Amino acid sequence: MGQNQGLLYRITLLLLAAGLIVLVLVVWGRSLLYASCYEGLVFGLVAIGVYLTFRVLAFPDLSVDGTFPLGGAVCAVKIVDGWNPFVATLAAVGAGLCAGLITGILNTKLRLSGLLAGILVMVGLYSINLRILGGANVPLLRQRTIFDVVGDHLGLSGMTLSIVTVLVVVVIVFIILNWFLRTDLGLALRATGDNEQMVRSLGSDTSKTVILGCALSNGLVALAGALVAQNQGFSDVGMGIGMIVMGLATVIIGEGLIPTRGIALILVACLAGTFAYRLLINIALRIDWVRPGDLKLITAGLVIVVLALPHIRKMIRGEWIPPAKRV
Amino acid sequence: MKKLAITMFIVLVIGFVLGLGLTGCGSNNEEETIPTTQPTAQPTQAKQYTIGITQIVTHPALDANKQGFKDELAKLGFVEGQNVKYLDKNPEGDMSLAATIAQQFVSQGVDLILSIATPTSQACVAATKSTHIPIVFGSVTDPVAAGLITSWDHPGGNVTGVSDWLEIPTQIQMALNIMPIKKIGVVYNAGETNSVTQVAQLKTAAPALGIGSVVEATVATSADVMTSAQSLVGRIDAIWVGTDNTVVSGFEALVKVCEDNHIPLFASDTASVERGAVAALGLDYYQVGVKCGDIAAKILNGENPANIPAEKMNLTDLQLYVNPTAAQRMGITIPQTVLDTAYKIINK
Repeated sequence: MGQNQGLLYRITLLLLAAGLIVLVLVVWGRSLLYASCYEGLVFGLVAIGVYLTFRVLAFPDLSVDGTFPLGGAVCAVKIVDGWNPFVATLAAVGAGLCAGLITGILNTKLRLSGLLAGILVMVGLYSINLRILGGANVPLLRQRTIFDVVGDHLGLSGMTLSIVTVLVVVVIVFIILNWFLRTDLGLALRATGDNEQMVRSLGSDTSKTVILGCALSNGLVALAGALVAQNQGFSDVGMGIGMIVMGLATVIIGEGLIPTRGIALILVACLAGTFAYRLLINIALRIDWVRPGDLKLITAGLVIVVLALPHIRKMIRGEWIPPAKRV
Repeated sequence: MKKLAITMFIVLVIGFVLGLGLTGCGSNNEEETIPTTQPTAQPTQAKQYTIGITQIVTHPALDANKQGFKDELAKLGFVEGQNVKYLDKNPEGDMSLAATIAQQFVSQGVDLILSIATPTSQACVAATKSTHIPIVFGSVTDPVAAGLITSWDHPGGNVTGVSDWLEIPTQIQMALNIMPIKKIGVVYNAGETNSVTQVAQLKTAAPALGIGSVVEATVATSADVMTSAQSLVGRIDAIWVGTDNTVVSGFEALVKVCEDNHIPLFASDTASVERGAVAALGLDYYQVGVKCGDIAAKILNGENPANIPAEKMNLTDLQLYVNPTAAQRMGITIPQTVLDTAYKIINK
């Protein structure tokens, strides 16, 4: 019975989502949808990274706010130096891996709490990013980026180019993660988040898996940062502010929309959640009296609604028994 | 579950690619390309224009730029509410938001974008890269260094506008007329290309003006202004600020530090004098906006922005504002000779 009702609920949500998309198409046209698709894909990478630490490893890694601009900074500086943009993007991923490594080491070897480790890395990365950028901002307008290269090869431009390029990256990431998280190491990673003591008692080194998970997560976020910097034409030290909140919001929305059973569905849920979130944000920006500065409040409101929804459903169905009344 | 997930994913991807393929050609033409080379009808006829306006942060100079622009366009027949709709979005210093706003303007298919200040202009130029949406920039100190245009006379793309370029030696000379300065401090955001250009000019001009040393203090956001200003205390005779958007938006913090430590503060935009600077030899940003309005009207009437030269303001347009009360609080008196030549004396 629970399963069926769950299914009905999910179908209702998906229908609502479909209805929303149709409404958007009719009122605001395709370009809002396309912009949301592009953002859904590229920030979906951030969502996947956040999911890896937050849910899979059960480790709240707040360093995302620092790793996102780190990826953008390393990539921008290397492209300006004349490196091949693909290599520069890989360098950005490498930088993210290092940052994650540090967070993991702080937690496992130096025994700092996960929350603290993430915050410290985030704060430290602000200064490091400023040093890398040599200021607060590096323009990439006249440089050759991944998007330019792909655009030349495929003859695309504009939003179509952005979406296709990012889609390719996301598909590659999806395939790699889907494979990796089913290997022995990947399974150990997933088990660590589930029950760390059990994993250790079985002889696996959870320090290694935590460090690996953090590194992977931050690598993904840095990749997203590099892509965003190249697409928007500049890398800025402040471009990661609020990224962790957005990541958590999108993960939570995604979990609410799609049943997260199995790795493949989890990854799809992250992307779907990010798409839904960016769609709502873009719609909000189109409303005249909504100012860009209001977006953070809207995000918080959205997350509250999505988090409270299951509880409200329970209360409506009379299934919520307040603690005092338990017999 | 695995099959379901993979199937869903494949369906999404296919649906996407199909959707793009079927509509891809259409979308690029529909909302993103605006023909500007065809002569359009007179503005007073029924055509509705949508103009996107964005400025990096709220401060009086940029606000005046915007107002001048709107007023001038109204004078030339493009009146808000009649044939023009303005989309006014302000990212308040958040660069990612600036990029999102620029992208929004593009996807909404605006007829023209007015981008005020260098960072927002950079974001708008990046967003309109493969479209024909014309951009008029305002209050951008050095559009060539910022990567917005390739040459002042023939911008050659879809971007042109009005620069608030200042000759730095003239600025410093104004300060030197009020008090002798051997060591000058400058607070700026190294991430704003306009500030970097001005500080470089300052360093080149300093020896000839008799200034022994230039001490720099950089900020990344307006929240850092107070700390950076305090790092200069005791090392300089006076502080000078260029047309740096970050510092000007956090100007009050700088004024406080200068008043507490009796350090005279000189600015480059006249609105800052009312906020507590001793003096500024600045442009009337309203007039900058008026020139932007002129250029925008030309573009909306069919001229190609590639052929409209980017303009600087006439240096005879500079106005000297002084604030003797602020000077007193900072420990100096403005000489009568300077007071006599001032365009406006503010006592706040």
